[in-house]
Amino acid sequence: MSALVADEGGVDDVEDLASFRDRARSFIRTNLRRLTPEELRAHPETGDDEAELAAVARDREIQRMLFDAGLAGICYPRAYGGQGLTPAHQRVLNEELAGHEYPVRTQIPNLSPCAVTILEAGTEEQKSRHLPAILRGEELWMQFLSEPSGGSDVAAALTTAVRDGDQWVLNGSKVWTTGAWWSDWGLCLARTNWDVPKHRGLTVFMLPIHQPGIEVHRIEMLNGSREFCQEFITDVVVPDTDRIGDVDDGWSVVTRWMFHERMLYTSPFVTEPVGTVHGRMDATAVFDIARAAGLLDDPAVRELVGEARMLELVTNEVSQHVGESIRSGRLNEQAAAIVRLFKGTTSSRLVTLAFEAAGAEGAAWSEHGAASLSAVNYLMRQAGLIGGGTTEMARNVISERVLAMPRERTSDKDVPFRDVPRSRPSHG
Amino acid sequence: MLMGLSDDQEFFRQTTERFLSEQVPPDALRALRDDPAGFDAAYWRQGAELGWTSLLVDEEHGGGTISGAGLEDLSLVAYEFGRHAAPGPLVSTNVVAAALNGSDTGPEVLGGLVSGQQVATWCAPVLGAGGWEPTVEAVRDGSGLVLHGEARPVESATQADHLLVTCRQDGGVTQVLVPVSSPGVRVTPLGTVDLSRRFGSVTFDAVSVQPDAVVGQAGEAAAQVEWQLRLALVLLSAESVGAMQSGFDITLEWAFDRYSFGRPLASYQALKHRFADMLTWLEASRAITGAACVATQQQTEKAAELTSAAKAYSGEYGAELLQDCVQLHGGIGVTFEHDLHLYLRRVIVDRATLGTPADHRRRIGALVAAKEGVAA
Repeated sequence: MSALVADEGGVDDVEDLASFRDRARSFIRTNLRRLTPEELRAHPETGDDEAELAAVARDREIQRMLFDAGLAGICYPRAYGGQGLTPAHQRVLNEELAGHEYPVRTQIPNLSPCAVTILEAGTEEQKSRHLPAILRGEELWMQFLSEPSGGSDVAAALTTAVRDGDQWVLNGSKVWTTGAWWSDWGLCLARTNWDVPKHRGLTVFMLPIHQPGIEVHRIEMLNGSREFCQEFITDVVVPDTDRIGDVDDGWSVVTRWMFHERMLYTSPFVTEPVGTVHGRMDATAVFDIARAAGLLDDPAVRELVGEARMLELVTNEVSQHVGESIRSGRLNEQAAAIVRLFKGTTSSRLVTLAFEAAGAEGAAWSEHGAASLSAVNYLMRQAGLIGGGTTEMARNVISERVLAMPRERTSDKDVPFRDVPRSRPSHG
Repeated sequence: MLMGLSDDQEFFRQTTERFLSEQVPPDALRALRDDPAGFDAAYWRQGAELGWTSLLVDEEHGGGTISGAGLEDLSLVAYEFGRHAAPGPLVSTNVVAAALNGSDTGPEVLGGLVSGQQVATWCAPVLGAGGWEPTVEAVRDGSGLVLHGEARPVESATQADHLLVTCRQDGGVTQVLVPVSSPGVRVTPLGTVDLSRRFGSVTFDAVSVQPDAVVGQAGEAAAQVEWQLRLALVLLSAESVGAMQSGFDITLEWAFDRYSFGRPLASYQALKHRFADMLTWLEASRAITGAACVATQQQTEKAAELTSAAKAYSGEYGAELLQDCVQLHGGIGVTFEHDLHLYLRRVIVDRATLGTPADHRRRIGALVAAKEGVAA
């Protein structure tokens, strides 16, 4: 990260923070709508396809406005349409955006990890073609990374790319792509060599999502959301110029890609207004649920509210603290997994607290509201410990890469990937 | 805390670290088990010379800071106290010094605290369902006051020369500085698991107090008491973080060195994941304590909830972490000869002092309710 981001205050012609703040504030006041308290708390997903497409269009529009105002891609180089500014500028923008609409759908995974990966591993031509388009909101990127067979073992990708002259033919399936049905491009990991060990036969490609040969299925989740997708890729042709990194060297690209995914909580490459809730449970939600259930006078319920607020406060500090520790070198970059683990276990606890606060209303409710929301969230509780890499994987990273404990034994080292035991297909 | 330290602060921290390593190594702590005072007077005076008791005191009273932010400097000492499970009334002496620094009362006592010649402690209120509640009552008697009641636990009560007593008085809060030798004051030692920290119960049986012993304005000390509590919560949390760090370091080393079934403990995934959780709790405790320290130093409006969050979190997970360290050691972890229990003792006592994690969760809950316009 340090290599990518300008030093804070280290570059002579970097705009000073105060004037940047003034510029950001005046743009926001003139152009962006203030959200109501209800909108601020709500999950950004609309739950209705037509409304969702309208929201995507609005997000693209705001992204374009930010670009035109010199407020898009704060930490991206100027050569590719970014601002060449520092993480401190990004923090100022996040502060100034608090309480306003912002283009939530152009952030994760579009700006990071997708665009950052292109920035780090792409050719000059690829960067010039795609990065400005991404920053203008014209291209929306998704990660074609996980596979039905794989889960956390990303390097065990079965999607295959076979070379055919100066192009490649891809076949396979990818899963857990958020909003692939309204996105434009996929950053895709594929196997290009089955006769070498797992990590040495992978290559990264970019491909347009909406083309014959890619079938996008939407997956219904326990809470009714249909934003996650699975793609079936059949004989999709990708020119060799759309390959990122060297052939069979995709794992070095993916290592950085996954690093940026873990760093999302403190990333200077995405915008998230201070105080963004996105339907996550927090102390106010727990309080409202308890109030609606008429349980506010119960001292035990008050304590649950206090615990929720405590966790919220600690969460804010942990992200910042670990980010600073990595920047100062006190902890290595892999320590980003500490934030992932903390956020996972904490979000799970907050969801439990909210469900507790609902009392019996959490089992059977008379009208759709706080209590039913807490029940549905509780049903989905583990999602926060799974998505973006499971907490078990985070614990492996922390123990092995931060604390330097011995790596787990695997059966896929030093053998051709085609000989590595794998799940039976029906167990996908 | 312990982040972005200036060179002077780092030098200051290292000086205390070196001094404690030399003066109170684990064997010295074990030897304190049956020592009634729990610390040596000469040790405390030397610590005072290093700055342990002067950081919350203005220069005109003989104090001074390292960085301009005295509480942040002092939190480094508290962290090292936790790391070494060090003896000495760090929290109580500093709270009293900070209180006297802001008043005209007891300048000679303040001088004695700064030089380390004297020890003073705080008869603090207790944290109940409705907030902080003094357990000693002050009643007007002519121009003076008469005190009744009991305060417990009071740190270093049997070693203290003076007591800062927080009293309720006619619906208000009054603080007075009382010599321990005053007629009607009785100090009874209490038992504790900490080897190097002592507590007592202090009873006040019609103790007469002159008007010049009042610290601040009679009946109007509530805000001052709240500030003292925040100072104490920050220091206790910083101590817990230090004790967590030592427990973690010892156990991490053990995991690499100890072999079972031909493999180091550090190679077992079931144990590796425990270390990942422990490191996460440690960094989270460090983060929230640092934020509470800065907020209290700068007296921001978030200081109340941040100090309680730091105390609740470091109290809960400090104890969990040390207990897990014991578990990862196996039988040796519950023996007196091993060093681990020194830090376990410290986090246990810090956890239960000035409000348990549950007390502080309720306090934060009340703050949320107040913000939402609902009475506590």
